Amino acid sequence: MQLHTLTLREASEMLATKQISSVELTQATLQRAHEIDPKIQSYVTLADDVALEQAKQADERIAKGKDLTPLTGIPFAMKDAISTRGVRTTCSSKILENYVPQYNATVTQKLADAGAVLIGKTNMDEFGMGSSCENSALFKTRNPWNLERVPGGSSGGAAASMAAGLCNFSIGEDTGGSVRMPAGFCNVTGIKPTYGRVSRYGLISLVSSFDCIGPMTRDVYDCATVLETIAGHDPQDSTTFNSPVPQYNQNLNKTVKGMTIGIPKEYFVSGMDAGVENAIQQAIRTYEKLGMKIQEVSLPHTQYALPVYYLLLFAEASSNLARFDGTRFGLSASENAKDVIDIYLQTRHEGFGDEVKRRIMLGAYALSAGYYDAYYLKAQKVRTLLRRDFELALSSVDILLAPTSPTTAFKLGEKTNNPLEMYLSDIYVVATNPAGVPALALPAGFSNNMPVGMQLIGKHLDEQTLFQVGHAYQQVTDWHKQNPVIGD
Amino acid sequence: MTNKIDTDMVKHVANLVRLGISEEEAQTFSGQFSSIIDYFNMLNEVDTENVPPASDTTNNTNVLREDVAEPSMSRVEFLDNAPQSERGYIKVPTVLGDES
Amino acid sequence: MTQYEPVIGLEIHAELQTRSKMFCSCSADYSNAPEPNTFICPVCTGLPGAMPVLNKKAIEQATLVGLSLNCSINEFNTFARKNYFYPDLPKGYQISQYDLPIASKGWLDILDDTDSPMRVVVRRVHLEEDTAKLAHEKNYALVDFNRAGVPLLEIVSEPDMRTVEAALSYATKIRAILRYLGVNSGDMEKGILRFEANVSVRPRGSSELRTRTEIKNLNSFRALTRASAYEIERQIKVYENGGEVVQETLGWDEAHGVTISQRGKEDAHDYRYFPEPDLPPLQLDRNWINSIKNQLPELPDAKNRRFMEQYELKRREASLLTAEKSLADYFEEVVSKSKSSAKTVHSWLTGEFMRYMNDSGQTLEDITLSAAQFAQLIDMVTDKSISGNSGKVVLNEMLNAKRNCDPSQIVKEKNLAQVSDTGFIQEAIEKILSDNPREVEQFLAGKETIVQWLMGQVARATKGKADPNIAKDLLVKTLEARRK
Ligand SMILES: [Mg+2]
Ligand SMILES: [Zn+2]
Repeated sequence: MQLHTLTLREASEMLATKQISSVELTQATLQRAHEIDPKIQSYVTLADDVALEQAKQADERIAKGKDLTPLTGIPFAMKDAISTRGVRTTCSSKILENYVPQYNATVTQKLADAGAVLIGKTNMDEFGMGSSCENSALFKTRNPWNLERVPGGSSGGAAASMAAGLCNFSIGEDTGGSVRMPAGFCNVTGIKPTYGRVSRYGLISLVSSFDCIGPMTRDVYDCATVLETIAGHDPQDSTTFNSPVPQYNQNLNKTVKGMTIGIPKEYFVSGMDAGVENAIQQAIRTYEKLGMKIQEVSLPHTQYALPVYYLLLFAEASSNLARFDGTRFGLSASENAKDVIDIYLQTRHEGFGDEVKRRIMLGAYALSAGYYDAYYLKAQKVRTLLRRDFELALSSVDILLAPTSPTTAFKLGEKTNNPLEMYLSDIYVVATNPAGVPALALPAGFSNNMPVGMQLIGKHLDEQTLFQVGHAYQQVTDWHKQNPVIGD
Repeated sequence: MTNKIDTDMVKHVANLVRLGISEEEAQTFSGQFSSIIDYFNMLNEVDTENVPPASDTTNNTNVLREDVAEPSMSRVEFLDNAPQSERGYIKVPTVLGDES
Repeated sequence: MTQYEPVIGLEIHAELQTRSKMFCSCSADYSNAPEPNTFICPVCTGLPGAMPVLNKKAIEQATLVGLSLNCSINEFNTFARKNYFYPDLPKGYQISQYDLPIASKGWLDILDDTDSPMRVVVRRVHLEEDTAKLAHEKNYALVDFNRAGVPLLEIVSEPDMRTVEAALSYATKIRAILRYLGVNSGDMEKGILRFEANVSVRPRGSSELRTRTEIKNLNSFRALTRASAYEIERQIKVYENGGEVVQETLGWDEAHGVTISQRGKEDAHDYRYFPEPDLPPLQLDRNWINSIKNQLPELPDAKNRRFMEQYELKRREASLLTAEKSLADYFEEVVSKSKSSAKTVHSWLTGEFMRYMNDSGQTLEDITLSAAQFAQLIDMVTDKSISGNSGKVVLNEMLNAKRNCDPSQIVKEKNLAQVSDTGFIQEAIEKILSDNPREVEQFLAGKETIVQWLMGQVARATKGKADPNIAKDLLVKTLEARRK
């Protein structure tokens, strides 16, 4: 029995029927992580003690048969941007390398309440700033499908831990593709929910108005299960929706026949790898065979999504990262600082990596007197147009379909010297975040033995349709069931 | 509009976000910033006359809490995380001037 | 020589007296915190990932203040981040309001230095969060976050005031209104209310606005007046010496009575305001605003007018009472329980009663004397059952007693009841005149003023109980009898 390739649902059934205990499953997962992960480096922290304690409690719940949820006893990994009380939370930054939160994020608490077992915290680009996980200040994560290649970013560790079988599900966070792009690179299913669907309380903010926590799983069914657990209104996050969370899995098997898929024409122009395009075209044909209609649509402002996304990211991040000042937590240059300004300058110089520095400086620039209108305000206006693009396109079709990246996973170091080129790798995933709409990423085949990802983009709060259409695809394909052979 | 971001501007924005940088770093960033900002300038092509800015996609309004006081978090744990503390206070180096 | 005219605007920071902080559920009652950093949570200490949630009461109180200053309440409100670094600002930004404050374009009528009415325009009233408290030690500083995140109202006037007296009058009135509304204690020593003055001067008759300076952290009316007066003089001297005033932020050195330039800013303030993405906007509808309007109490001006009319008081007399709502209420209660005139009650309240409070440093909240018993005492004097002087003695007794007590009981205990028994008074007069033959001689020689001195002797001998009118009659009669 291959424990590490179990879906969440399969593992849950084994726990429920007492074929295995949560402690056994957790021990096996931790053992595999200690063996395999040194090659992948997906985890920043393995929380052995916490995991085994939670597993023991889960087993007690299972024994009593009370308060059981589909996640009770299931090992999972958490992106290291989400606060976990008592477990180091680094955002893969030197400035937080030894920071241990004294409170739980709402998502952490919800998962703990559901009985899920926290295996560890996964690597990421520092503060989520990157598309390859190479901007982690701690170490670089590798793609389980090819150790010379990147896992994508910024939730690279989350995707890699999932693909390498080092957890049964993984919690990522998507600010501008950070769940979907690495999911595509690593052959994992993942969702960026509607902005405001999942509480951000306790998520270390990158872009407050874009950030979305979302699960990464082996298939759509599991993805729906986890989202249902973590979604919902949170009195501590004023940007969450009040509307009830649907029971997604109850309608998963509804037919997709007669529904319409929109293909944004702006996404199928130059720059896409032939192998990627091929896989996506095949996926479209698969949907046609399932009785869906295909219709070309237009998102006319697509080419402006990247500058809008990055400008607003820089601006908000420059403010969100101001609290890392060396006085209350985290790294501090207090030993040598002659005054308080000095502690700021030195702490932040030592604590932040180059990409973080670039972005917060450019953010200050975009917000500063004299440039605000030309950059920040202009970007907010074009953001309105991006949002209208999606509303209009989605008024005539049920969902949109597009690739998650123009290429498959690139080599480590390939783009690190050119920030702008790195930004361009996010071209298909960034527009959804300024618009707030949900998008589901799922495996769509392979090109030169590397996974190709596609995404389905839906209407505001309509994750249900995304799951339904994604699930239909996974019923007739088995890309998502492919697992990498971890080499040396 | 083209904005060459020279090293003086780099140092200015670095100071705004309280980031110490060396002369050499200022040089490197200056080159990178100019090409990034150049790229952003493509937004000038878009006609945004009569387009309102969007800072929020939820359309939530009036999210308020009742005025009820609740117990606080542990001071011991708060101070444990702090680089320096004294008699229950957070300790910081000398503060010059008044920024507020 | 050019005559200069000051141009003064005030920014008033008033903490709102909510139970919890502006964006978190920590207690806002920081001045009663047992220890530093005990009223704290992830939100108000700026821990990574923590998020603000708006306090409903703060919005209500801010709206009340806006309405009481005749502002229009903005139905669409947003919050903004003001970005700067300082150790008392945990997030590296202050959540404030920028282009869409809760209230704007109001006014307040005050009396200027010549007691003529004038109108000060209130530019805006906005909500923000207070900062932590910083204690400067010799080589370091200590930070206490108990105050961080307490709701703070910023009331900004136009530079409409032309004298220090007008500025003081405006500040005093704002304080009274805030106290009337019950949203701020007005305590300046604790920093619950604090002022910032924008000062410039210009040649009299000119309408230009010259470069102004900002004086920060004025924590008393005295500091406000002294600092503004000093700054006006300083600027006039600068111009007289052919110099230019530099726009800068100043501090006030109370000990030396001078304004001092804060350390020069290499980067002029660039706060990089932008909309706070963690807080959805506020949409205040008309009905809600009207419901807050209905909560407005009678404010000092209206009360003053009513007191002048209803109690036939002069403006100054009325305003002595209406400066504090609690005093005005107490006055009305005493009047309603007393048979004496409102004027009489007024003179008791603003006389002996206030003298007691000033001397003992007590406030009305400390006073246990009930309005009913105060009224009873005043009536005893009015109907002459005790003398005015005895009344003062009894009042002080009752105020000192720290409990309710019956004034007639004290009168009995102290044997203070006024005597109109002429036999008893005559006896006393006879004795005084025979004990003081020299003074009698002086009277007979024509020095009539000696009567006053002799009256004092009578009051002393009768322990103040003699009805003064009767006593004087008898004394003069007895003296005149000696002429023959
Ligand atoms: Mg302010
Ligand atoms: Zn708090």
